[in-house]
Amino acid sequence: MALKSETFPIASSNDVVRVRQTARSWASELKFSLVDQTKFVTATSELARNTLEHGGGGSMTAEMVENGPRKGIKLTFRDEGPGIANIELALRDGYTTGSGMGLGLSGSKRLVNEFDIQSEPGRGTVVSILRWK
Amino acid sequence: MDRIPILKVGDCLLVTIQVDMHDELAMSLQEDLTAQIAKYASRGVLIDISSLEIVDSFIGRMLANIAAMSRVLDAQTVLTGMQPAVAITLVELGMSLPGIKTALNVERGMELLREYMGQNTESDEADGSEE
Amino acid sequence: MSAFQEILRSNEAAILSGWLSEMATGTRRNDLMNDTDLKTQATELLRLFADASQDSSDVQSEAFSATRSFLKEVARGRMERGFSPAETAMFVLSMKQPVFNALRDSLKGDPTSLISEIWVSGNLIDKLSLLTVDSAIGLREQTISRQQEEMLELSTPVVKLWEGVLALPLIGTLDSARTQVVMESLLSAIVETNSQVAIIDITGVPTVDTLVAQHLIKTITAARLMGADCYLSGIRPAIAQTIVHLGIDLTDIQTKAKLSDAFALALQRMGKTVTTVKAAATSNAKVKEA
Repeated sequence: MALKSETFPIASSNDVVRVRQTARSWASELKFSLVDQTKFVTATSELARNTLEHGGGGSMTAEMVENGPRKGIKLTFRDEGPGIANIELALRDGYTTGSGMGLGLSGSKRLVNEFDIQSEPGRGTVVSILRWK
Repeated sequence: MDRIPILKVGDCLLVTIQVDMHDELAMSLQEDLTAQIAKYASRGVLIDISSLEIVDSFIGRMLANIAAMSRVLDAQTVLTGMQPAVAITLVELGMSLPGIKTALNVERGMELLREYMGQNTESDEADGSEE
Repeated sequence: MSAFQEILRSNEAAILSGWLSEMATGTRRNDLMNDTDLKTQATELLRLFADASQDSSDVQSEAFSATRSFLKEVARGRMERGFSPAETAMFVLSMKQPVFNALRDSLKGDPTSLISEIWVSGNLIDKLSLLTVDSAIGLREQTISRQQEEMLELSTPVVKLWEGVLALPLIGTLDSARTQVVMESLLSAIVETNSQVAIIDITGVPTVDTLVAQHLIKTITAARLMGADCYLSGIRPAIAQTIVHLGIDLTDIQTKAKLSDAFALALQRMGKTVTTVKAAATSNAKVKEA
């Protein structure tokens, strides 16, 4: 169940900064620990940058969610870029397509509680991450 | 566009990164530093990140690049003041920044730099090479 | 709208005494609570119940908010005194029998109404007791998690061995949660004490598996990124065997079998050395001068 939801465009590097700051202020609102906040915002930065550079720009939707007593933040990054042909390969540590996407996906996965990626060549990419308090 | 200020302290360059950098700012820092190392023939570069709360893989790579480029220009780089939460996150991301010297704070960093610069000068002299 | 509230109000005394005697037979626990307090609580609940159910039949509604707060307090008080969640809920449930008695006596001639009032009131009392149990259990869970946190903190002390040298003697098994706490406390201690070397001693850790080793390696790598050296000591032969057997790569990490060796190395690293003081001659000289 979403408590609040907002969508932001990712079309420039300033947007990447803005999106990072949003992630930080929402995490701070839910009183995440400092380490959890840092991990969450860093994952946000990785994925936002991927959306901009690999996906040719897109958007991020932020939702504050709850599951019983616990609250969390879910971020969904969407782009209509070239998509990823082999997701499994892309999620492997150290893999890079040359555009430097290597550490972004597998690393971000380790920084959050839930991670989901849907992508098809020519059909864009949707990555969502969730961090519970 | 803002540029991150680079201070010249003797034959070292000192940079303090305090803002949440967007990509272009990071790239211009890389260029500026390289240019200044060459211009002043600096032997040491100290980058203080004690105010940086987020270091993602892009910034991590930028720091590694700066260290590598400095080495090519015969300068030693030391990274100081990394916050514990940032260190934990970088490790989790899989970035251990090998080849970059680190120190707890600027003071220690300068000591470290002097040590390395001192060593290099000695070995030059031992070689008998001229300057 | 039901009429049982009126019956409750006009039979308050009877219901209260019936209620108290219900509890006397069941889970009274008069070691934990005296009769006066009990009577006060029962009276309050009865009144709140009657008032709230006048306006609504939904225990989650605004009308019942005073009742809910009251029951939360009741649960808190009882849990603190040592009642179990079930005993706490019995307080509310024991209201049923005396309420039914009052209803039966008042609506004797009207079976249809009697059945409907019994149903409505019984349903409400059940829901209220569920709320109470929930509160009580929630409080227990809070206590458990607070105690877990305290235990974690107590078991990860960081010790200063010398100016600039920290030691973290780990004792007991390392799981994910504990390792996080350990990592964070060591790294903050490094910053706070401005230390250059940290020694993680695992003499007291019974087993090291791949996961534990990974956690230790991560901690050491993080400390390095911050500018401090990190050594691993207290590696027993059995653990050394396991590490090799599991194929864990510790080549980048400085290891020592004993904490004392690691300490000596740390001092060396900081350019310090230990010398014997020539005491005898000097002190004799001083005495002569005096």
